Amino acid sequence: MASRRELLLAAAGGWLLGGAVPIGAGALAAAAEAGGDALGTLPGKKPLIRRSWRPPNYETPLADLVPAFTPNDAFFVRYHLAVIPQIDVDTWRLKVGGSGAQRPLVLTLRDLKHDYQRVTLAAVNQCSGNRRGLFTPRVPGVQWRNGAMGNAEWRGVRLRDVLDRAGVAPDAVEVVFNGADAPVLPATPDFLKSIPIERARDENTLIAFEMNGHSLPHWNGAPARLVVPGWTGTYWVKHLTEIRVETAPFDGFWMKSAYRIPTGAFPGMRFKTQETPETTPITDILVNSLITSHVSGARVKRGAHVELAGKAWDGGAGITAVEISTDGRQSWQPAMLGRDLGRFAWREFRYRLDTSIPGALEVAVRARSRDGTTQPEKLTFNPSGYHDNIVQAVTLEVG
Amino acid sequence: MRRGLASLAVLAALAAAGWALASADEESVQLRDGSARDLTAGRCAICHSLDYIPNNAPVMDRAGWQKSIQKMRDRFGAPLTDQEAQQILDYLAGSYAGKS
Repeated sequence: MASRRELLLAAAGGWLLGGAVPIGAGALAAAAEAGGDALGTLPGKKPLIRRSWRPPNYETPLADLVPAFTPNDAFFVRYHLAVIPQIDVDTWRLKVGGSGAQRPLVLTLRDLKHDYQRVTLAAVNQCSGNRRGLFTPRVPGVQWRNGAMGNAEWRGVRLRDVLDRAGVAPDAVEVVFNGADAPVLPATPDFLKSIPIERARDENTLIAFEMNGHSLPHWNGAPARLVVPGWTGTYWVKHLTEIRVETAPFDGFWMKSAYRIPTGAFPGMRFKTQETPETTPITDILVNSLITSHVSGARVKRGAHVELAGKAWDGGAGITAVEISTDGRQSWQPAMLGRDLGRFAWREFRYRLDTSIPGALEVAVRARSRDGTTQPEKLTFNPSGYHDNIVQAVTLEVG
Repeated sequence: MRRGLASLAVLAALAAAGWALASADEESVQLRDGSARDLTAGRCAICHSLDYIPNNAPVMDRAGWQKSIQKMRDRFGAPLTDQEAQQILDYLAGSYAGKS
């Protein structure tokens, strides 16, 4: 069987010659076509739902979304680009510069850990495209279902403290982040993201080097990643190598052409220096919830003590209520909320179900945010499949 | 060739990527038979595993694949001639257009 390297070289050779590429039956050994919810195991991870081999995209199974903090070895993995180097922490450097930095810096991991105040914060990291696979009508892209998200305790330093040492110019507008992951072809845009200077200076925006009390896993951005609590995962740049304070809006592909939503279609902070009349960058995570205790089709015994449980979260205002409907969304009853882990974390909810009547029992859940928003019934369609926070329901079989 | 001849640097990058990413497992993805199957596999697998094709098939029709191939060429620099792009489109539209 040909190795991946041979395949790639064969591909490159074919391209040079302009002819057909000799990938035959030997290389593509007999196996079922991909698709469905196949599990796959990356080094250091437990089996996760594989959405693609390369670049690696792996979703957390529902059972691993039950704990208050998502285990590091079960946390979802999302990459755009397939060259993902293993980083030697001793030679790793983080450059801080750009047109809006008055005193550019180069930091070692030791500098980062010892020269700045350490901060710990619990926050949901949710991929912008989480639940894209549930979209109707369906849209192209990684067909995530519910598990391109997790909640973790992030430990690191405030980005603001690092920027202050680099001296932010008064006319700085954005901060740009690059990570060590890179494209296969030089012509492919590298994955760089920017955030507004105000968000970069927010006390909750971190350069994190630990997750749930351990060094960041390789697949979640070792040795250091950006943590932008309340904003979707696209901004949480992994394997950080460079931070640039800029006095002009960044015009890279991943800002100008990707991760955008129709302007004005959704609530959330507006990223004004990147906005056009038509589209604007996705920013805040919208209020949402997930039932983790049951899936549709589950059987429960009539009269049994059954507790529905799950998680609710938003972009950082905090969850004020989770409501349950068992009568076709006519009336809603409050669920019990679990411990408050912080406004950027998810909040557990529990609700005792009435199992006295046999037959199908539809249970719908909706969360309310302190900012006044609640989960909608109707999907706001957008071509990239973002922000699916519509009310979900499971149908149980009581009998 | 749209972007001119491949440079040694490109080849080096491909080789490096191959070393870094060597995973025999993804080769278990088997594309359906068709006239441009090997061409499709070769070009697409430069940058990503082939499961992207069946995974997106339920969402795709001919227009969808056309858009996707265009994006790969224009935005991501996929090295395809017009003729190759056409062959790949015909293959994908014929074998992986599952949009209902």
